[in-house]
Amino acid sequence: MSELLTVEGLSARFGQQRVVDAVSFGVAAGEKVALVGESGSGKTVTAQAILRLNPDVALSGTVRYGRDELVAAPEKRLRQLRGREIGMIFQEPMTALNPVYTVGNQIAEVLQLHLGLDKAAARAEAIRLLARTGIAEPERKIDAFPFQLSGGQRQRAMIAMALAAHPKLLIADEPTTALDVTVQSQILELLADLQREDGMAVLFITHDLNLVRRFADRVVVMQAGRVVESGAVDKVFGQPSHPYTRALLASRPVPLAVAPMEEVPARLAARQLSVAFTRRSGWFRNEPVPIVRDVALSLPAGQTLGIVGESGSGKTTLGLALMRLLDAGAVSGEIVLDGSRLDALRGEALRRARRDFQVVFQDPYASLSPRLTVGEIVGEGLALHQPELSPAERHARVVAMLAEVGLDEVVLDRYPHEFSGGQRQRIAIARAVILRPKVLLLDEPTSALDATLQKQVIELLLDLQARYGISYLFISHDLAVIRALAHRVLVLKGGEVIEHGATPTVFASPREPYTQALLAAALA
Amino acid sequence: MSLSPGRRAWRRFKQNRRGYISLWVFTVLFAVSLFAEVLSNDKPLIVHYGGRNYYPILFDYNETVFGGDFDTPTDYLDPYIRHRFVIDGNWAVYAPNPYSYNTLNNFTATPNPAAPSKANLLGTDDRGRDVFARLLYGFRLSVLFALVLTVVGTLIGILLGAIQGFFGGRTDLVLQRLSEIWGGLPELYLLIILSSFFNPSLGLLLVLLSLFGWMGLADYVRAEFLKNRQAEYALAARALGLSNPRIMWRHLLPNSLTPVVAFLPFRVSGAILALTSLDFLGLGVPASTPSLGELLSQGKDNLDAWWIALSTFLVLTVTLLLLIFIGEGLRAALDTRKG
Repeated sequence: MSELLTVEGLSARFGQQRVVDAVSFGVAAGEKVALVGESGSGKTVTAQAILRLNPDVALSGTVRYGRDELVAAPEKRLRQLRGREIGMIFQEPMTALNPVYTVGNQIAEVLQLHLGLDKAAARAEAIRLLARTGIAEPERKIDAFPFQLSGGQRQRAMIAMALAAHPKLLIADEPTTALDVTVQSQILELLADLQREDGMAVLFITHDLNLVRRFADRVVVMQAGRVVESGAVDKVFGQPSHPYTRALLASRPVPLAVAPMEEVPARLAARQLSVAFTRRSGWFRNEPVPIVRDVALSLPAGQTLGIVGESGSGKTTLGLALMRLLDAGAVSGEIVLDGSRLDALRGEALRRARRDFQVVFQDPYASLSPRLTVGEIVGEGLALHQPELSPAERHARVVAMLAEVGLDEVVLDRYPHEFSGGQRQRIAIARAVILRPKVLLLDEPTSALDATLQKQVIELLLDLQARYGISYLFISHDLAVIRALAHRVLVLKGGEVIEHGATPTVFASPREPYTQALLAAALA
Repeated sequence: MSLSPGRRAWRRFKQNRRGYISLWVFTVLFAVSLFAEVLSNDKPLIVHYGGRNYYPILFDYNETVFGGDFDTPTDYLDPYIRHRFVIDGNWAVYAPNPYSYNTLNNFTATPNPAAPSKANLLGTDDRGRDVFARLLYGFRLSVLFALVLTVVGTLIGILLGAIQGFFGGRTDLVLQRLSEIWGGLPELYLLIILSSFFNPSLGLLLVLLSLFGWMGLADYVRAEFLKNRQAEYALAARALGLSNPRIMWRHLLPNSLTPVVAFLPFRVSGAILALTSLDFLGLGVPASTPSLGELLSQGKDNLDAWWIALSTFLVLTVTLLLLIFIGEGLRAALDTRKG
């Protein structure tokens, strides 16, 4: 097979720091190649280096595309290739599209620049392209600004833009990561269809092994700036030869083995819980916007309830309402914790009660105050809720808690910026669990983490639950993680519970079409 | 080793040579000016007279003590008294510049304003007062005034900005409208009107300028609090059960101080400039107070006495430049993208 793109010994440096080290791989015409690695493995830098998109990077090695050598090619030649021969789509469609131009305008720009079409022809072609990417009403959507489109539509518009000049190679940098699972599989199918019809090659960059298995012919595995393994997908996934690939493959969460015990008393229960924010309509009228409607749930002691739904389904709002972190005016309904009404508490009483229900947030980079040390962060709740402890006792408890989440005593005086995402999430878990809460809300605690770290955090959570009998409310869009942790699962759509039951039952025989679609997309 | 974000900012500040050196120069100048009484005084530091030690810098002595005729405070510039201090084994230690800011030399031979000479290094102003002494005391007063004004304005600004930003909603709306109305008041006219009612003094000026000085800063602090109260660490603190004042103090304030710190030197230079302009216009402190603005205005009135305008202009320019360099250094230091 003739190679379309050949990368040989490509290295990239930011100043003194070498982030890509002698990477070699090739993409043949019409082939789908996946570049896989965790964050920091250098896969995006490699992808951008092919078209020399990042001016801050010093490159060496060779990148051959057809007869051109791109690392040393003049900027003018690269501009001809970009978009015309090699198209690129990015991870975040909101920031990759220019917010002040309509999508039609941006697609037409590519057509006018590379194909020399006039304005009217470019517009007609742009409509055709949008229709081809499956956007409904392309004649109307062509005049939409990026913010008027949903995430999936924006990504489709990006794809239309990348495909406008019929490139021979498409570089797709995590094109589905920012999207919901069902939209994710639609985009993936679209890419596969377009690839088949046009016969173009695709270089697909991702951290998600599931997507690689479904999409790619060949896979290149990167770790810390180097290629550790490459080959046909079946072969690499079937018989991984490098230990890192094996670790990566083994990090897929395993389903929770324990069957849920029936008739465990409920620790946290909610009845007719609704959340509605008011939106201003007109001059003096306020109109309520319901986010969560009439949710009933019960969380048994020492077990985990998984809350599943796409973005916008109200799962985080539901979690925050249960934890009394929303304005009391917006929430109605009953919340009962161990027989006492949580929704009636106010002020000081509520603050004292908070010891029993704690939260771990999604983004460990945002949830730790950057100007407090780890010791201060973990010890703060203890100082507040158990003021009777002497400083020495408090110190001992903080050290013990950090040891339980796998961190050494020396981290006490360090600041959050010195830790990796996984370690930060451990600190956030330690801050919550040190109070020995009865209920812990985990709002997508693993979705900002790489696969191998994700697995470690899941194991830590299972371990802590077994030890302290904490009930978890686990919010996630990742059904594989839910299956690994939750005894029961609750599916939210548009703020309403549409399915509820024991995890194995729901996963084996989902009743609602929505749940079926979610499962099909996530676990295919 | 683990460095707090504050220490890392300090390290970045030190890497900015110009800002770091400016901070040192400014600190030294200000520290020296704090000892103005020892450096520039018409009273000797120590007098040894008739076998006893006297400390005129601390205590007032009448002329009769030193063998004079009048039972009034001694004029140490009087040649007769000076002579008494060198005979009969008496001695006196004078300040390096033997004039205070309001010393009138009644025994000089030259008309006022006098050009720079050995007796008056930078000459005298149109009333015969030593320009160097007035600059030294004036610099000290300006910096002290500016520091106090900055601290007061910053505290008020942080407090109001924090309350607006943290509580948001209706509180924010009401306070924001009030501060807009307050900001609409014509500051300069108020000062002109009030200076005709009251005898202007430093204290009054401080109060008046403080009343308006907080507004620019409150907006920045408000914006930071609005942003940071949405941050997950603030939500996490609330989930821990912390009270509002504690969340504001411990979690939001340290993360909202970047604009405050970055603006500090510029606020100090702004305050120096404000005091100088008011004095220049004659709306500021009374003429007996050493003031850079009053010297500038004298320079304007006596254009032929170039030493007044030039030396004051240089002192002002150097002071403001130093503060601006420090501010630039701080701004770079607070930019966390620079490692």
